[in-house]
Amino acid sequence: MSTPRSSSTSSPPQIPQSLTLAHTASSTTSSSSASGMRDAAEDDSDSPPSQMSEDDPGGGGGEGDRWEPDLRGGNGGGGRWAPPDQVLENVLESVLEFLTAARDRNAASLVCRSWYRAEAQTRRELFIGNCYAVSPRRAVERFGGVRAVVLKGKPRFADFSLVPYGWGAYVSPWVAALGPAYPRLERICLKRMTVSDADLALVAKSFPLFKELSLVCCDGFSTLGLADIAERCRHLRVLDLIEDYLEDEEDEMVDWISKFPESNTSLESLVFDCVSVPFNFNALEALVARSPALRRLRVNHHVSVEQLRRLMARAPQLTHLGTGAFRSEAVPDGAMSVSELATSFAASKSLICLSGFREFNSEYLPAIYPVCAKLTSLNFSFASLTSEELKPIVRNCVNLRTFWVLDTVGDEGLKAVAETCSDLRELRVFPLDATEDSEGSVSDVGLQAISEGCPKLESILYFCQRMTNAAVIAMSKNCPDLVVFRLCIMGRHRPDRITGEPMDDGFGAIVMNCKKLTRLSVSGLLTDKAFAYIGKYGKLIKTLSVAFAGNSDMSLQYVFEGCTKLQKLEVRDSPFGDKGLLSGLNYFYNMRFLWMNSCRLTMRGCSEVAQQMQNLVVEVIKDHSDDEGESETVDKLYLYRSLEGPRNDAPPFVNIL
Amino acid sequence: MEATVDYMKAAEADNLLATELRLGLPGTSNDDHKATPPCTPRGKKRTAFDAAEDAAVEEVTNKHDDVEAAPPVAKAQVVGWPPVRSYRKSCFQQQQAKQISKPTSNNKEEAAAAPAPASNAATPSFVKVSMDGAPYLRKVDLRMYKGYRELREALEAMFVSSNNGGAANLSEFAVTYEDKDGDLMLVGDVPFEMFAGTCKKLRIMKRSEATGLGSPRQI
Repeated sequence: MSTPRSSSTSSPPQIPQSLTLAHTASSTTSSSSASGMRDAAEDDSDSPPSQMSEDDPGGGGGEGDRWEPDLRGGNGGGGRWAPPDQVLENVLESVLEFLTAARDRNAASLVCRSWYRAEAQTRRELFIGNCYAVSPRRAVERFGGVRAVVLKGKPRFADFSLVPYGWGAYVSPWVAALGPAYPRLERICLKRMTVSDADLALVAKSFPLFKELSLVCCDGFSTLGLADIAERCRHLRVLDLIEDYLEDEEDEMVDWISKFPESNTSLESLVFDCVSVPFNFNALEALVARSPALRRLRVNHHVSVEQLRRLMARAPQLTHLGTGAFRSEAVPDGAMSVSELATSFAASKSLICLSGFREFNSEYLPAIYPVCAKLTSLNFSFASLTSEELKPIVRNCVNLRTFWVLDTVGDEGLKAVAETCSDLRELRVFPLDATEDSEGSVSDVGLQAISEGCPKLESILYFCQRMTNAAVIAMSKNCPDLVVFRLCIMGRHRPDRITGEPMDDGFGAIVMNCKKLTRLSVSGLLTDKAFAYIGKYGKLIKTLSVAFAGNSDMSLQYVFEGCTKLQKLEVRDSPFGDKGLLSGLNYFYNMRFLWMNSCRLTMRGCSEVAQQMQNLVVEVIKDHSDDEGESETVDKLYLYRSLEGPRNDAPPFVNIL
Repeated sequence: MEATVDYMKAAEADNLLATELRLGLPGTSNDDHKATPPCTPRGKKRTAFDAAEDAAVEEVTNKHDDVEAAPPVAKAQVVGWPPVRSYRKSCFQQQQAKQISKPTSNNKEEAAAAPAPASNAATPSFVKVSMDGAPYLRKVDLRMYKGYRELREALEAMFVSSNNGGAANLSEFAVTYEDKDGDLMLVGDVPFEMFAGTCKKLRIMKRSEATGLGSPRQI
């Protein structure tokens, strides 16, 4: 069951034992309500995991449904005694405080009006998986006591430059609405949204109790905005900046680290490896020294090992450390020795998660040996290690659960992982050379080895150039607990390297044998057969990513008809046309979104969807080079359910049908 | 904010190749990638986030019927594939830049000045591009290009292809830029990374006006 990563919500009030509600494990499937809203939970971040339970706030009736307080009986307000309904609501609110998972809350809100009201007043975390599915005003009107807001903006394919700049997902209207409505707001998590410095300044100003800011894959802000947050949010516990794009001009950047308050801070987590501009190290050291609660620190690559040592000395209680780089800045003679650095690591007795290593001197790698045995998470995905460099390290990492690495370690390196890390749950193998024709250093051999050595594997992301059905089938049998299976064979349409067959059987085995699978990304040469398998067996799949695959519209039909839990479908460069699109008409309301680019859609098909489905927003996104004016072919389609209708901030290249 | 990159085969000064930074194993070369233009030589758009897409791009249009067939013979690279985030890609360009500049710049100051672009490689760096005679300016993101050749091709695609009836390429023009000190410089003299770090805006001027710049080396 997913829980928010950092604890920030206020504890529920004490209530008499007889009224305690048992904490339900909400894995039950909720039947779809009349408006077709379904709930989902997933983790799609491409960064160290932050469990974000996902559910839409919708589910309580259609548009225009307003709930007025229902004070029947009594003296019409200001009575000397509370009417019975009021008592019930108070009790109900106390009880519902214990429900934390949004899925449970959505279900509770559907019971009746008083439950709806009680739930709306007691929901503390508001999760909105698509910022355009509901307007800020509406959210704020329904929920009264929100303390945390999680917002997601652009579709995931924006990460791969498929969504043009300026598409949308601005957080400004949200911040403007949240400010007056929730003065006690403590936490904001944003993913793939555009955040300006002004927005950050407004956040800092609007929420005096603000504690946690987490920005993942966001853009639009700079160190100026960070300075405002640092300076004004005196209760800040978490500042996590993960894979954001900052807009700093070299000569305009601000020394934001110096802006934290002079007194002891409540900082628990400071992650800024994506803030690539240099910063004032002494200020950071001083900040760390006066932050006794600091557990997670991830610095950028402007930190040398000498400086890292100083930081570690100031914060021996760290559990998560991102080293930034891992190299010495000193002249060769004055460089720190490995053993000195190793001493620092030995002194960090609580370290369980290591990352960074962006530019590393390999002679310093042995310094981490003292902590390897306790590590549960190791991220080498920015360090081009060879298998010889990896082996001595990973041999000690017996407790590793999460491992991110570059394919430079090769199948040999993965074999070493398989030999030692029998408890591994999550593996991600990234390509050093992310081009189609690169050599590719890992293959089916590595995958097979991992499947044999790591039977508890739950999540895998694997980039390679050569793969076989046999290896994928082996993984499907050896790792039955797989929840996330993402295989990227980088060369387009590549078949099985040994048999020359399509990869249908491999992926078919995955959906057949991995009964807990909720997320799947396919690649390689695939025919409609693969999608028939997916539709037939992929009953729990919520997220499906398809690229350069399939023969015909039947593929889409199989998926829509078969994958009853489908929430997010992203497709690119596949031969699917209007017929395939229309086969999904009955299912679009159950999904968060559908993305299709470079397929064979036409305006006619998309318009038909828009006409028939009133609660869908159908966006046709054009490339700027479309000088041909109105074209029949649709290059990018993004459709999503929404309570608000067409958004009013769409740029000219977005045509909302 | 977007730049059209029309990847065309072109002659290149060999000595500039050495200073170009690229991903990939030694010996591989982008010259193998020939564009397979469909009807219109449309380039795929880049977004601001695509700071370090490491190869040229060509859109696989809807009309391209290669999906059911065997892999296309001419392997034109495609936007956003393989699906690795630009953030990750740009970190490696950063690392490569630092490794290359390392032997020459152990001195901290130089490390800050010259390969400063390396540390900023993750963030887009848009500069205005003006061309004599063109009615409006454009903007390009210097982070997107690995070398002068790519930049030239991009500029050609932007300014020369269809709009300007007469010119077929940039040989009639001199590409100049304004650096941090405000001086007008000829593009092509310094290593590309250094240029990208110091260039504030680009100006394409007619050769006839570029007197006094000596015989400009073709970029």
